[in-house]
Amino acid sequence: MHQFVEAFEFIGRNGAISGQSGLPSLSHLALETLKVGAIGVAISIAIAVPVGVWLGHLHRGSFVAINLGNIGRALPSLAVLAIGDAFLGLGLTVVELALVILAVPPIITNAYLGVDGVDRDLVDAARGMGMSEGEILRRVELPLAVPLIFAGIRTAAVFVISTTTIASLAGFSGTLGDPIANETSYHFSGVLGAAICVAALALVVEGVLTLLQRGLTPRGVRVERDVEIGMGAPAPGLT
Amino acid sequence: MSGYAATLAAAGPVIPNFGAHSSKCVVENRFFCGDWVSRNWDSVLWPALRQHVMLTAIAVGIGFLISIALALAAHRYGWLERPTLLVTTILYTIPSLALFELLVAPVGANIYAAEIALVSYTLLILFRNILTGLREVPDEVLDAAEGMGMTRGQALLRVELPLALPAIVAGLRIAVVTIIALATIVYTIYDKGLGVPIHTALGEGPFKTELLVAGGLTVLLALVADGLLVLLQRVLTPWTRARAT
Amino acid sequence: MKTADTAHNEGSSAFAKAAEQESRAAELELQGVSKRYPGQREPAIADLSFTVPAGEVCVLVGPSGSGKTTAMRLINRMISISGGDILLGGHSVLQRDARELRREIGYVIQQIGLFPHQTVGENIATVPGLLGWSKERTAARVKELLELIDLDPQGWAGRYPAQLSGGQRQRVGVARALAADPPLMLMDEPFGAIDPINRMRLQDEFLALQEKVRKTVVFVTHDIDEAIKMGDRIAILREGGHLAQYDTPREILTHPADDFVAEFVGADRGIKRLSLTTLGELKLAEPNGLQPGALRAPAQTSVRDALSMILTANGEPLAVVDGDDRVQGLLTLSHFEQLLSEEASANGRAPGNGAADAGAPGDGATAREVS
Repeated sequence: MHQFVEAFEFIGRNGAISGQSGLPSLSHLALETLKVGAIGVAISIAIAVPVGVWLGHLHRGSFVAINLGNIGRALPSLAVLAIGDAFLGLGLTVVELALVILAVPPIITNAYLGVDGVDRDLVDAARGMGMSEGEILRRVELPLAVPLIFAGIRTAAVFVISTTTIASLAGFSGTLGDPIANETSYHFSGVLGAAICVAALALVVEGVLTLLQRGLTPRGVRVERDVEIGMGAPAPGLT
Repeated sequence: MSGYAATLAAAGPVIPNFGAHSSKCVVENRFFCGDWVSRNWDSVLWPALRQHVMLTAIAVGIGFLISIALALAAHRYGWLERPTLLVTTILYTIPSLALFELLVAPVGANIYAAEIALVSYTLLILFRNILTGLREVPDEVLDAAEGMGMTRGQALLRVELPLALPAIVAGLRIAVVTIIALATIVYTIYDKGLGVPIHTALGEGPFKTELLVAGGLTVLLALVADGLLVLLQRVLTPWTRARAT
Repeated sequence: MKTADTAHNEGSSAFAKAAEQESRAAELELQGVSKRYPGQREPAIADLSFTVPAGEVCVLVGPSGSGKTTAMRLINRMISISGGDILLGGHSVLQRDARELRREIGYVIQQIGLFPHQTVGENIATVPGLLGWSKERTAARVKELLELIDLDPQGWAGRYPAQLSGGQRQRVGVARALAADPPLMLMDEPFGAIDPINRMRLQDEFLALQEKVRKTVVFVTHDIDEAIKMGDRIAILREGGHLAQYDTPREILTHPADDFVAEFVGADRGIKRLSLTTLGELKLAEPNGLQPGALRAPAQTSVRDALSMILTANGEPLAVVDGDDRVQGLLTLSHFEQLLSEEASANGRAPGNGAADAGAPGDGATAREVS
């Protein structure tokens, strides 16, 4: 299809459009997308992982942790961004706020489930050996929870990239969503080209995180968790 | 950075112009103008809601049929699991905005592109949950079923699928809620669904009432659908609540 | 097979009558059965042959790896046979469609496998449903079976397995296997997962049931005591499915075929053998000079339990009473000497020679069997 050819040409030109100067290059937009996304994910991890992991360790607050996941899933990114725009104006801060709101639920749910789901007998044995609560968390529960926690982070990362591009629809400029939101300026070849880049970006991020997860998962756990390449929706039947 | 950003900026804060019908509330762009809602319910909001439900129902319906076929196949032929997971994961990973546009090229900016994309997002979660549900059926129950003379098909229909229902419905809940949220983006290629009023509102300031109502309806729809599915599961699986007396 | 036709063709009332008189049971014959798994040097079962007369309980017993469960699962073709044949009621099971065959064989497994998503009644009605019985007939049969296993149909037919205790589930599992009145029952360690007290109760209940329905039963267990208690005949299997001995419990305890059997049965087989006889079957002494507070035991008590009671009471004589608590006779330690000589003469040997063979009480002899 000729449209794809034109799209790849657009990519090849690094996003330049004849007749329009001063447009940011594709690579710049891609980098911005990653930057914005990374900040959002980092903040979300900083908030969600400790809370989720601690709740899971205490086996408390499952209602909150799991329903937060449900509600987070139900929030349409566009609406969240639009509301942010309506009430606070759409700057980087507001976008990051929206990203955090959307990224925290899957991370917290998975962190909770990951730690909560560790075999109670193991924890019991560890306690019996004289480990402190913190040691149990660090040396027993966390390593075993790594697959699920990472699954949550991967889900969040893709949500975030997705939402960052959607932010362009709400008027936030500077990311790969720009060409898609401005077909009149970029023409469909630009839209398609940007879409291809976004897709590629998301797949690469997912791939990198998967490799990172493999690297961080203790070898013994890795064997049984091999099927967990999925996007980490929390375990079935629990949500 | 100047070209199109300037255009956007020039659009400026716009007061929704409904001519003679503008009420004070709307003109001032307050949070929620009840009169605007009642006036525009039939013409804007209700059609959007209806379309949104349709989009979701079609997507989840088709996605479910495909996923159950895939899951049954992977249940029978285990080696199918990994490739299926790989493909469905890739589809799920591609951000919605991008996937919609990618489909427009071959399919056109129509309902087909929208539905194909939405269906793709249901596959991973439904496939995994159905397969897991089938696998969680205890071995001895299957052994007993075969030993009593059930054919493979009878065992599947009468024993395995019913016992897999909790996991299947859990997957449906996640899929439905996810699609309802995602369908707000459909408007970029096919102007139906609750994304339309959100988009309209965005272009007008943004117009708070329309924004909140459309966004709120989406969330409400998702919560209602989730609740209905929970009820459905309770009805379909009475044994899950039976406890030793 | 006349009552079988009655049971299947007429209505439920006729069925109940038939069940009272006699229910279906067929002869089971294994002919040179062998099972070999690909890639394994030794066959799981080499050449197994035996016949179970209709209406009898045959217990397959042996150490793990002896192929007893494999042999059982060959009968209903859950495992495919490598060589030989299996005849049920004279017809080869290999010639029939496997699913149809299984609907005519009651199947009870250790973990029971009740369908958690169906009620007790629906579980029991499974095979009748597969056979296409009418609703009324099935409902009547379910009611009948629930009464047979002592569960009030009113209260229990609508319950789910999760609401039942382990023992109740096991009984429902047996009822489910009996539902279509199969000529053969296969039971694989059915009471293995139950605690010892309830296990004993379930064993007794099953024996009482078997008195009524008289099915042909193949019962697999690793527990020799259970085998002795439950079996009309016992097939002791060695590794590789070799039949070490196939005989009545009494014969096996009295004349074990070789060292393996003797060891498997246990050095206390003499004492075990005493459990096969009840007090009522013995010739007792006159109850002269019986003290009022004397030791008593009902006539159904096994001689083994009676011995235990006498030993606990430091050798006091035991009064044997009937159902109305009337003393029928007296059992003393001297009886056991008498038993010895009776056994010995029956075996063609003088008492005191090869005493291990006659199983004198407390004689944990390791002397070899000489026959």
